[in-house]
Amino acid sequence: MSNIRKAFENGKAFIPFITCGDPSLAVTEQIVYAMEEAGADMIELGIPFSDPTAEGPVIQAANIRALGGAETVTTDKIFEMVKKLRTKVNIPMAFMTYANVVFSYGAERFISTCKEIGIDGLILPDIPYEEKDEFDAVCKANNVDLISLIAPTSHDRIRMIANDASGFVYCVSSLGVTGTRTEITTDIGEMISHVKAVKDIPCAVGFGISNPEQAKKMAQHADGVIVGSAIVKIIAKYGKDAVPYVSEYVRSMKAALS
Amino acid sequence: MSKGRFGVHGGQYIPETLMNAMHELEEAYVKYKDDAEFNRELTEMLNEYAGRPSRLYLAKRMTEDLGGAKIYLKREDLNHTGSHKINNVIGQMLLAKRMGKTRVIAETGAGQHGVATATVAAMMGMECEIYMGREDTVRQALNVYRMKLLGAKVHPVDAGTATLKDAVSETFREWTSRIEDTHYVLGSVMGPYPFPQMVRDFQAVISREIKAQLMEKEGRLPDVVLACVGGGSNAMGAFYHFIEEKDVRLIGCEAAGRGIDTFETAATINTGKLGIFHGMKSYFCQDEYGQIAPVYSISAGLDYPGIGPEHAYLHDIGRAEYVAVTDDEAVAAFEYLSRIEGIIPAIESAHAVAHAMKLAKTMDKNQIMVINISGRGDKDCAAIARYRGEDINE
Repeated sequence: MSNIRKAFENGKAFIPFITCGDPSLAVTEQIVYAMEEAGADMIELGIPFSDPTAEGPVIQAANIRALGGAETVTTDKIFEMVKKLRTKVNIPMAFMTYANVVFSYGAERFISTCKEIGIDGLILPDIPYEEKDEFDAVCKANNVDLISLIAPTSHDRIRMIANDASGFVYCVSSLGVTGTRTEITTDIGEMISHVKAVKDIPCAVGFGISNPEQAKKMAQHADGVIVGSAIVKIIAKYGKDAVPYVSEYVRSMKAALS
Repeated sequence: MSKGRFGVHGGQYIPETLMNAMHELEEAYVKYKDDAEFNRELTEMLNEYAGRPSRLYLAKRMTEDLGGAKIYLKREDLNHTGSHKINNVIGQMLLAKRMGKTRVIAETGAGQHGVATATVAAMMGMECEIYMGREDTVRQALNVYRMKLLGAKVHPVDAGTATLKDAVSETFREWTSRIEDTHYVLGSVMGPYPFPQMVRDFQAVISREIKAQLMEKEGRLPDVVLACVGGGSNAMGAFYHFIEEKDVRLIGCEAAGRGIDTFETAATINTGKLGIFHGMKSYFCQDEYGQIAPVYSISAGLDYPGIGPEHAYLHDIGRAEYVAVTDDEAVAAFEYLSRIEGIIPAIESAHAVAHAMKLAKTMDKNQIMVINISGRGDKDCAAIARYRGEDINE
């Protein structure tokens, strides 16, 4: 059993996402400590990519800020930061990045380093079920969960995906890319019931969620809620001074789920 | 290993949201590619609307001037809309219609694929939206106007380097948000399966015609076929029916920009390494951490950091050669072909002409060379004038 399960043992899970190095790795580190303290159950750490094709404008901009900042943020520097984080952070942490970041580093080298530094899961939005073996075999050997995603268009694919899923199932709430939305129309309950019919695995909903009301609504069906763009917006606004604002936001979201 | 591979290259590296759409497309493609009625309609449109077959023209003065191989030009520039792009667009649009789609979206670099898509959408009465890097909308302002004139909506893309790769990313993003009624008319032999195979099949008409036309004129196969390569659709079309003819040399001409020893280049085979991007495993220009490189070429159509997976495979097995051609060489070839044959090639196609100029001299007079002139160069005149320090109004 992987560590990721622990994220779902404290009521409905709140899972914040941030992009490493936005605005700097030092600030990322402080934000992670603050988010754990404010009640986050797991943290999704984005490794920036030059061409994040699954992201909307908010997280695209975070990737540009991270890669184009004063320090050159690299995969190695992020590994160093996580190693340091892990000495203090107890909740599970997962990386979110794109296939080429892992592939170019070498899947074996990347994923075994994840294990070494205390990363519990890996989310690769451009790796669908059909392509996952290349990465999943290495993940399994290193006890890192390669997280499976399901989307509103998955329909008959959910059974196959859920059957092979590990850690948790990432339920994409809406069509399109990441970003806050005023309304989510997908029948999340139905998506999740298809997963649960196949496998007893936690389901967390992401894409488009920004406020406590939405989180509460999603948690009626889901085991957890993932929020990225809403937090990245706060970081974009306050930069190096974002820590207390992110902390306050995470606290309010976790409270809505409790 | 997943479906749709060329050796290790290819695959379907796309978000889950698009996977069912990809299966739906694959089903339609497999169902119709050998369907008699579909092919009858396709051929009719290629002939009656696009003006095929395109001419295989003997470039007499160029042949004499270079003093080597006998040079034929495959005149894809004479197709309706001015490039080879329409071959693929007609094929995909007929497929989209049969799939019940009412709206098409597409990326464009130089604007040729965007114009072809907007044109066929107008003819078929389909809604059309084109994504184009902001930088390219400036470089190719005339094509932006043409697309609008044809009824398409043009979205300038500001993300990343605001060029072709960003237009592709943005079109994929748009597709994930609206799939039900929308088909993505991908313009090159790239992206996830089945696009590389499907686009190749729709472009293969080029080599099918070259083969038949040359048989009629010369009674034999060519010794070498040259084409420019960005994503690689005109080259794949020009190569395809010669792949099994082992005596025919196949040469893809990449855009070296300011040189392959500089950072301002787009020569993927010459400077890239294996990676995963835009739905496929193939070669990409990238840094040591896998960040995609901001590539450069004077040609907006070759200004792409990757190459189609079948080209990557042909390179691996040594079946095709990929050479790099600089901006300077391409511009010189653009001017050369204009003066010597009265044919203004697209700056993209001029890359193939440039290498042909070097190679023809080294060949015997009884050897035959075919250069694929993938598009016409009217769109490039203002940019080339600027390159030569002359400011003209478009």
